[in-house]
Amino acid sequence: MSTPFYVSPEQLMKDRADFARKGIARGRSLVAVQYADGVLLVTENPSQALHKVSELYDRLAFAAVGRYNEFENLRIAGVRLADMRGYAYDRRDVTGRGLANAYAQTLGTIFSSGGEKPYEVEIFVAEVGTTAADDQIYRLTYEGRVADEHGYAVMGGDADTVAKYLQEHYSEGASLADALHVAVAALGHTADGGKVEDRVIPVGDLEVAVLDRTRTQPRKFRRLLPARLDEILGDRGPAEHAAPLPDDGAPGSGGSGATASATDDPTDPTDQVSGGVAPLEDPSTGEPPVAPPL
Amino acid sequence: MSDARIPGAFLRPGTSSFSDFLAENAPDLLPARRSLPAGGAAEIAPHGTTIVAVTFPGGLVMAGDRRATMGNVIAQRDIEKVFPADEYSVVGIAGTAGLAVEMVRLFQVELEHYEKIEGSVLSLDGKANRLSALIRANLGMAMQGLAVVPMFAGYDLDSRTGRIFGYDVTGGRHEEASFFTVGSGSMFARGALKKLYRDDLTSDDAVRVCLQALYDAADDDSATGGPDLTRRIFPVVWVVTADGGVRLPEERIGELADQVVGARLQRPDGPVAPLPGGGEEAQS
Repeated sequence: MSTPFYVSPEQLMKDRADFARKGIARGRSLVAVQYADGVLLVTENPSQALHKVSELYDRLAFAAVGRYNEFENLRIAGVRLADMRGYAYDRRDVTGRGLANAYAQTLGTIFSSGGEKPYEVEIFVAEVGTTAADDQIYRLTYEGRVADEHGYAVMGGDADTVAKYLQEHYSEGASLADALHVAVAALGHTADGGKVEDRVIPVGDLEVAVLDRTRTQPRKFRRLLPARLDEILGDRGPAEHAAPLPDDGAPGSGGSGATASATDDPTDPTDQVSGGVAPLEDPSTGEPPVAPPL
Repeated sequence: MSDARIPGAFLRPGTSSFSDFLAENAPDLLPARRSLPAGGAAEIAPHGTTIVAVTFPGGLVMAGDRRATMGNVIAQRDIEKVFPADEYSVVGIAGTAGLAVEMVRLFQVELEHYEKIEGSVLSLDGKANRLSALIRANLGMAMQGLAVVPMFAGYDLDSRTGRIFGYDVTGGRHEEASFFTVGSGSMFARGALKKLYRDDLTSDDAVRVCLQALYDAADDDSATGGPDLTRRIFPVVWVVTADGGVRLPEERIGELADQVVGARLQRPDGPVAPLPGGGEEAQS
C-alpha cells in the first residue's frame, strides 16, 4: 500500500475554496438592487434561453453565477421544494429563509465532503415583502455561507469593482428606472489596473427581472424584455458588446483566469494551460503513448 | 447520519411535471393515491353541480353556481367552483367537491411548475392533456362514487380563440366549439344555451347567456343554486381574453343577475327564441 501525501485540513479547504472562487470570478457580474417597489436583478447575459435569473415562487426569485449545470440543478431543486411545500401547506408558507437554508445546507455539505468537487456557484435568493422593509436578499456562497444583504449586492466577475461603483451611486427607495440605470452602469464599469472604463451594455445583452410588489397577481416575478429596457434606459450613447470571456467556447484553454501566464510550459505539470499537446502524449517530447507489451 | 442537504431526487434532472415528481417522491400528497375501503362514499361527501362555458369572438366565459349538496341537504351555499388554472385558462368543477378542489390545486401547481422549470408555457392542448391524466388517476375513486368531472377552458394564444374542453370520468377529453355544460343541472343549462347561443356574442352578452342558462338549471335541478337575492350570493364568472383571465367583480354580477331575475318576474321561463316559419314574432 502506498502512503498518501499528507495535506493539512487548512490547506485542503483553502485549495477547494480557491478552486470555487476562481470558477465564479470567471463569469460576468450579477447585481441585485432594492428599489421602491421591490427587488431588481440585472446581469449581462447575451443568451435569451439560458437564464441566470428566474422565478422560484410567488414572492421569490433565484439568481446565480458560476457553472450553469450546477446552478441550474439547484434552481430546479428550489422550484420543486417551493412548489411541494406550497402544495402541502399553503402558498404563504414558502419563505426565502426556508429556501436559503436548504441551499446553504446543500452547498455546505458538498463543499466539505471530500468525495465531491465543490460547486462553483454563488446564489441570490431574493424575496419581496408587502413593504420595502420586508424585502430580503440572501447571498449564498459556494461553501454554504448565508448572508443577508441590504440595499444592493453583487456577485461573480469583478464583484468588488461593481460593488464599489454601486456604493457610490446607490440610493435607497429609487424608482425602477433610476435603479436600473445605476445597476446597468455598474455592470459596464471596469477598473482594470487603475484604468477606469465605462462601457454601454447593449439592451440585447442584458437579462433583467424584477420582483414587483405592485403586481396584482400573486406571482410577483416579471422579466423586463429588451423592448421595455430600451424604453426605460433611453439613449445611452453607442453600445458595445463585452469582450469574450477567456474560456468562452475554447475547450482546453485551462481557464485559470487572466492572471496566470497563458503560455504552456510542457515541463511544468502544474501549469493551467494545456497547449497543443494532446493529453496522452508525453508532455515534453510530444511522443504518442506506447502500448505496453502484451 | 442525518443529512441536511436537499435530497438527491430534487436535484436530479428529469421530469417537468409536478404530479409525476410527487408520484415518485411523496405519493401520499396526490389526491388519487389514497386507498379507500370498499363501498360507496357518494352520500357522505358534498357534491358541486352546474358549470357552463360559452365562447365568444376573442375569448370565453365560464360561470358556475354556488351550491354544494349532500343528499337532500344544501352543504354550502357559497362554494366556488370556477378557478383560474393559470393566466390564460380556467377550470370549473362538478362532482365530489373536496376531491375536485384538491385536483384543481394540483393542476394549478402543475402548470406553474412546468412554466418555471421549462421557462415556457404549455400549449392549451398540453394543459388539457395534463388535466386528463389527473382525472384518469382518480378513476378508482370515481367508481366508489367520488367522481370528479371538470371542464377546462382557455384562450389559445396560437389560434387566438377561446376553446373549451369537456371530460368524462375516465379522463377522456373532447373539445367543444361553442358552449358546454357539466354537472347535475347541465342538461337544463344546455337546453338554454342551445337557444341563446350565437357566434357573434360580445363578452357582456356571453356573461348574460351564462347567467340565463344557470337560472334555467337552478329552475329545474334541486342541486343547482339560483341567484341568492337575499344574501347577495351570485354565480362566479370568469372572462378570459387575450389580456388574461379576469373574475367579474361581485357588484357587476349582482347587477346582471338583478336584470335576469327582473326579466323572469315578467316571464318566468326566460327569453323566447325566434321560431322560423312560425306565426308569432319572436320577443326578446
